[in-house]
Amino acid sequence: MIRDLATNDFFYLLFAARWTVALAVVSIIGGSLIGVVVMVLRVVPIPPAKWLAVAYIQTIQGTPLLGQLFIIFFGIGVLGYDVSPWIAATVAFSVYSGAFLGEIWRGSVQAVPKTQWEASASIGLSFLEQLRYVVIPQAVRFSIPPTIGFWVHLVKNTSLASIIGFIELTRAGQIINAATFRPMTVYLVIAVLYFCICFPLAKMSERLEGKLRVAR
Amino acid sequence: MSLVEIDRIHKSFDDLEVLRGVSLDIDEGEIVAVIGRSGSGKSTLLRCINGLEPIQAGTIWVDGEQVNAPETDLRKLRQKVGIVFQSFNLFPHLTVERNITLGLTVVKKMAVEEARKIARQAIAQVDLEDKLSAYPDMLSGGQQQRVAIARSLAMSPKLMLFDEITSALDPELIGEVLRVLAKLAEDGMTMMVVTHEIGFARNVAHRLVFMHNGEIWEEGAARAVLDNPKTEELKNFLGSVLI
Repeated sequence: MIRDLATNDFFYLLFAARWTVALAVVSIIGGSLIGVVVMVLRVVPIPPAKWLAVAYIQTIQGTPLLGQLFIIFFGIGVLGYDVSPWIAATVAFSVYSGAFLGEIWRGSVQAVPKTQWEASASIGLSFLEQLRYVVIPQAVRFSIPPTIGFWVHLVKNTSLASIIGFIELTRAGQIINAATFRPMTVYLVIAVLYFCICFPLAKMSERLEGKLRVAR
Repeated sequence: MSLVEIDRIHKSFDDLEVLRGVSLDIDEGEIVAVIGRSGSGKSTLLRCINGLEPIQAGTIWVDGEQVNAPETDLRKLRQKVGIVFQSFNLFPHLTVERNITLGLTVVKKMAVEEARKIARQAIAQVDLEDKLSAYPDMLSGGQQQRVAIARSLAMSPKLMLFDEITSALDPELIGEVLRVLAKLAEDGMTMMVVTHEIGFARNVAHRLVFMHNGEIWEEGAARAVLDNPKTEELKNFLGSVLI
């Protein structure tokens, strides 16, 4: 039975968009925590730490996100644990984000001149103190455009969670489209909703950059 | 025992040997100027003393601690050895005051108020009392270099290393930095000064070291060495610097 599109369908999409946002926010937080650790392991002057971080980054960056999602959702299920789509999606996206954010931040840290490391070492700061007080505050400025660029990319990639049955914006659209068969309208509305989430992020990037320039 | 004892050290960057068996002692209160062409190893020698550059052979002792021994806590040692760089290397995201107090509060675990008091004393030594709340990029090169000196002094080091600290400055700003050095010299600070300012070396340094090809080529009382160079290399160097 094909029915007509109704106003309720729009609200259904809007509510589903909350889950897209929730998924993105949790994954950004989880990914940032992993990313900081990956970045530190990547820049610490201990070779095994670096190998570990590189192995992680290469594995995640070298395999499709969809595959990672399947492995966590179905793979852990095979081991006898029941994983909900929400848990599987947030874990997969956090693990995925951690690798990319770690690399972005590693690059930003390495863009800070070596002389800043020398000057801070010379007054007796330890490696982690150098990072915390001298290098990271300067690296943040370099990292803003690529970090927020990645966030935007992640928001859109959360649509992959629809494949493991998590009802976020894209999955909600599929459900409505199946009932109404109005793909053009439904997917245009979805595109606009994604844009409404991503556009403020991009704007935030500009504002943050401007602010940090003033505050050095 | 001297404050600094450098014994036959060798240092290479890959295949390039930049220090070939250098030995040098610096007594407490002594001011040693190091001159030489670029690439002669003088800056590298200085950077080895606070462990910024590892060495491949020989030993360096600073205040009874061996710099290149694995068990040495370089963080502790560096609190005793201040270094000032050619390119200032202030922390651009921090105010002048925070540049100076960072080491005090983080490394020496000092209370903020106490650290600020020391910052005020240190900044007074370089005559920049009114710049405490400025950011480095609001200052001239000479002022930035003086802040860098104050940052080192605040840690109350036993020894100060100066790595061509006037080389990046406009000529009219060199004087204000050298005056700070001269004042430190009067106060009895032990200093090792890598410099191209021959006049400064003659007037302030007790001892002069001329480096050539990674070795100490000539050394002795500053005036004596400058007035009566014994080797062709030093004669040529002085000729090319003075003209």
